[in-house]
Amino acid sequence: MVRSITRRRALQGVALGGLAAPMLNTVTAYAQSGAFNWQRFKGQTVEVLMETGPRADLMKKYQKEFLDQTGIKLGIEVIPEQQARQKVAIELNSGKPSFDLFNFAFHVQKRQFEKAGWLLEITDWLKDPQMMPAEYELGDVSKLGMSFATTSDGKVNALPILCDYFMVYYNKELFAKKGVAFPKTLDEMMAAAAALNDPSAGISGFVGRGVRNANVVLWTQLLSGWGQETVTGKPLRLITDTPDAIASAEYYKKLLSSYGPAGIAGFNWNEAQGLFMQGKAAMWIDATGFAAPVEDKTKSRVVGKVGYGVPPSGPKGHGSVTFGTGMAIPKNAAHKEAAYYTMLWMTGPKMAGRMLQVGGGIPFRTAPLKDPAVLSTLTVPREWADCAAGCAPISMPGLPVIVPVTEFRDVIGTALTNLLGGADAATEMKRATAEFKPVLDKSEAS
Amino acid sequence: MAGADVTIAAGTRAAGERRLRPYLLFIWPALIVSSAVIIFPWIFTIWMSLNDWHIGSKQVFIGLDNYVALATNRRFLESIGHTIYFTILAVALPMVLGTISALVFHKKFRGRGFFRTLFIMPMMATPVAVSLIWTMMFHPQLGVLNYFLSLVGLPPSEWVYSPNTVIPSLILVEIWLWTPFVMIIVLGGLASLPTEPYEAALIDGASQWQMFWKITYPLVLPFLVVALIMRTIDALKVFETIWVISNGGPGTSSEVLNVYLYAQAFAYNQVGTASAVVVVFFAIIVALSLVLLWARQKAKWN
Repeated sequence: MVRSITRRRALQGVALGGLAAPMLNTVTAYAQSGAFNWQRFKGQTVEVLMETGPRADLMKKYQKEFLDQTGIKLGIEVIPEQQARQKVAIELNSGKPSFDLFNFAFHVQKRQFEKAGWLLEITDWLKDPQMMPAEYELGDVSKLGMSFATTSDGKVNALPILCDYFMVYYNKELFAKKGVAFPKTLDEMMAAAAALNDPSAGISGFVGRGVRNANVVLWTQLLSGWGQETVTGKPLRLITDTPDAIASAEYYKKLLSSYGPAGIAGFNWNEAQGLFMQGKAAMWIDATGFAAPVEDKTKSRVVGKVGYGVPPSGPKGHGSVTFGTGMAIPKNAAHKEAAYYTMLWMTGPKMAGRMLQVGGGIPFRTAPLKDPAVLSTLTVPREWADCAAGCAPISMPGLPVIVPVTEFRDVIGTALTNLLGGADAATEMKRATAEFKPVLDKSEAS
Repeated sequence: MAGADVTIAAGTRAAGERRLRPYLLFIWPALIVSSAVIIFPWIFTIWMSLNDWHIGSKQVFIGLDNYVALATNRRFLESIGHTIYFTILAVALPMVLGTISALVFHKKFRGRGFFRTLFIMPMMATPVAVSLIWTMMFHPQLGVLNYFLSLVGLPPSEWVYSPNTVIPSLILVEIWLWTPFVMIIVLGGLASLPTEPYEAALIDGASQWQMFWKITYPLVLPFLVVALIMRTIDALKVFETIWVISNGGPGTSSEVLNVYLYAQAFAYNQVGTASAVVVVFFAIIVALSLVLLWARQKAKWN
């Protein structure tokens, strides 16, 4: 399939004569030589759609280096996550996407893309020495990462870039003042939150996501302490109303409504981050990516006082929910091969090390986490990298891999928000589960 | 004779048609454009609403099932309730305040031009930018509004962060944003009023209130109705401020129809359901507009 495209292009190149010849000649020349060559697709322009964030910043920063290395020019469009997700879905559905390469969240979009068959399969390229350089260290990519990038029938259609574990950010100064030790279990965490909560001084014991949709992942983090996920079996079945799920929802309700700030039902990560960076919250559970702003002197008042801890274990389990992002090429992309090269560069070890250095995220690779050259130039504390390494062995998916995942988050998230308003955990979780069940059944059946 | 009349009439009609025929061609551009941008999308929306249509999978014709599902959908029905609640407040309060401020700015005083300009500034600002600033001000710990409350000794409010206060808080933004709009329309109306009735009333010894209630109010009523119609349609269609400030939350407590519609179409990719919501929403707006237009007829000067 892949070869035939190359050959057809080569034939077209011959037919077109001088016009496109320079580029296509190099293709045919290296197709015979059999070695990987970064310059193989030089002269092409790849349109990339990136979600706002450190990855996009790095890509922009180093695009010149990539151009020198490969001769491939990048056109980078950066838009915020929510809008990017909608744009990607609509453009891929139209069959004529304006981009050749894009980044996306496995936990939100993977299943939808897989079912619709929108992505270019790259299984063969990964095995082809002409298309896979040794320096990529494909073997170093973690199992979880490759499983994210592989469809349920074993085809690779993406490459993983980064994962986000959930970890505990805590304010060491507040902990020391009250003589509280960092909690190892969920019970200890509840006690710590109670001890640290001091509304008269404007200090909350705990802060985290309370707002509909976003809050679901904080709850699934707590749920991992009861040793379960949100769906199970084949065909997938919802288990968000089991006694364990209700117990974890009860815990969520008590932790946030008793020891959280007023108005936490409207808090997303940015409100939580704001409060924590002002030194007004003792503990905050969220994804690994927030170390950079928290340690930024121009934005944060808690620089140097922040501790990073592995999430506490629960009565029945211990987990750190994990979210992965990757890159993929649309099936109908205009410059598939050049886009693939760009993807190799972005997801390769060199860029992974750079992302780690700025605290932009944890790569799905182990080498950069152990590389002293990378670790010595970290712009965030070493403790953060150690904590991430501690989360890796207990990592588990934080959201079900289903098509209507946004609706899942909205429905379950509404129930969780209602809990913060005083609703009963059992009633709400059962109602939400019943409400979402037909949606899931329908999507899995189709 | 009668027969001859008919022939003549038919003859002139035929002649008229012949005369018009070359000009009939000129209808086509307008007809094609309006079909392409108005009529076709509408028919297509109705067609989509009759399908089970999820982006990424095949569409299936399901008749009226989308509508049947909506009729029992708790979230949809609640969003209608929120829309009505929101619309009533977001129309009534700017109407009253806008009329009062128009009366104030109709009087002559020093610096009137300056204050008028200042007053209509909010209307000129971009709703999204305004909403972002209000979001910051609403923050329960770091926002400036709770600081103001603490200055006058009031307890802090949770504003848009609590299901109970979210809609009234959003109304605050709407009032700030749209009172000037009502004021401008009413001010225009006041400027066009004749002065004779007031002179006559003064001679008869009428009080200020009597003059307002018996002269100003009935004369300015048609303008008020215009403002009312425009404000109502705007309030029904509200989207940016809610989307930016509360995103329909906490939970679904400020989810109006437009926000629900957006979630269905662009977050869940349920094009079929979203189209059905559009059709219902359109029916509601048309019905309400008819009522308001009828009110406008009633309010006309006799």
